[in-house]
Amino acid sequence: MRFFTRNKSATSAKERLQLVLVHDRTDLNPAQLEALKDDLLKAISQYIDIDPDAVQIGLERDGRSQRLIADIPLRSVSRHRAG
Amino acid sequence: MTAQVITITSGKGGVGKTTTVANLATALAADGKKVVCIDGDIGLRNLDVVMGLENRIVYDIVDVIEGRCKLNQAMIRDKHYPGMYLIPAAQTRDKTAVSPSDMVRICNDLRPNTDYVIIDSPAGIERGFRNAIAAADRVLVVTNPEVSAVRDADRVVGILEAEEKGTPYLIINRLNTALVKNNDMLSAEDVLDLLGIHLIGIVPEDESVLIGSNRGTPVVTDVKSRAGQAFRNISRRLQGQDVPFMELDSQSGLWTAIQRLTGRK
Repeated sequence: MRFFTRNKSATSAKERLQLVLVHDRTDLNPAQLEALKDDLLKAISQYIDIDPDAVQIGLERDGRSQRLIADIPLRSVSRHRAG
Repeated sequence: MTAQVITITSGKGGVGKTTTVANLATALAADGKKVVCIDGDIGLRNLDVVMGLENRIVYDIVDVIEGRCKLNQAMIRDKHYPGMYLIPAAQTRDKTAVSPSDMVRICNDLRPNTDYVIIDSPAGIERGFRNAIAAADRVLVVTNPEVSAVRDADRVVGILEAEEKGTPYLIINRLNTALVKNNDMLSAEDVLDLLGIHLIGIVPEDESVLIGSNRGTPVVTDVKSRAGQAFRNISRRLQGQDVPFMELDSQSGLWTAIQRLTGRK
């Protein structure tokens, strides 16, 4: 049933290219992106309590432009106080 | 007339730049346009053989730049289309023999008496590429639906944008519809989505392209060739016509297999 096998090589090619192009266009390698993420979290933590394990930061493509998307869940103040 | 200068480039080598130049120039000439092709690949000239003009070369572009001949002496007239010319690359020199301003000057000299100047860029993003895009009014980027070609095309698009050459148009060459159907080749939609630029043509993989190059007769003159049709469509789009994209699916599948078996294709 080849027709229903979705994960064939073109899918893999596209996914890999999506990542490579973002790094090529921004001139940021994955290690630098990790460092950026760490610095960003440190800076934000000085002001608000965040949950570092739930943080998602990544580069996304939007046509020919890139954006840095950060999803940073905050720890609830009441829960924090209670704990 | 004031020529439009169109540069065909790609980043990666071997994706079909030279074939594209020869075919688009031939299609434009067949529509009665005056076309001058310039081989920008100094030291690795090839446009002459693909166009079947290799035996007529006397002077080349470096001879023009260094004043050994006049511009029109280096313009080789095509055998079939009297409105089509080739300015060959020098074979025994390297790309430093030409500068971006030389290219601008040559193109400006050609503009008043020409409809289209089509420049074949060398692979890469160095001097030869910079020369090839210096005079361009419009740039077409050729790619194949393949990871390395798409990645290099993206680099070139980025450089063109940084150089304020505007957003180039994309030609997806050698698309194999059977592989795309089987999800073993990036589709045209995938490539467009990745590169984020406008499409000007999709050329299906077609053995008649190789046969045309072997003979020095671009495939665009073969009315039965699908790739030839794709190149004719691109040339009409360059002329400002609104030509719908070919239905590529009809090339594969059961019906074509039957046509092949019964000798209708």
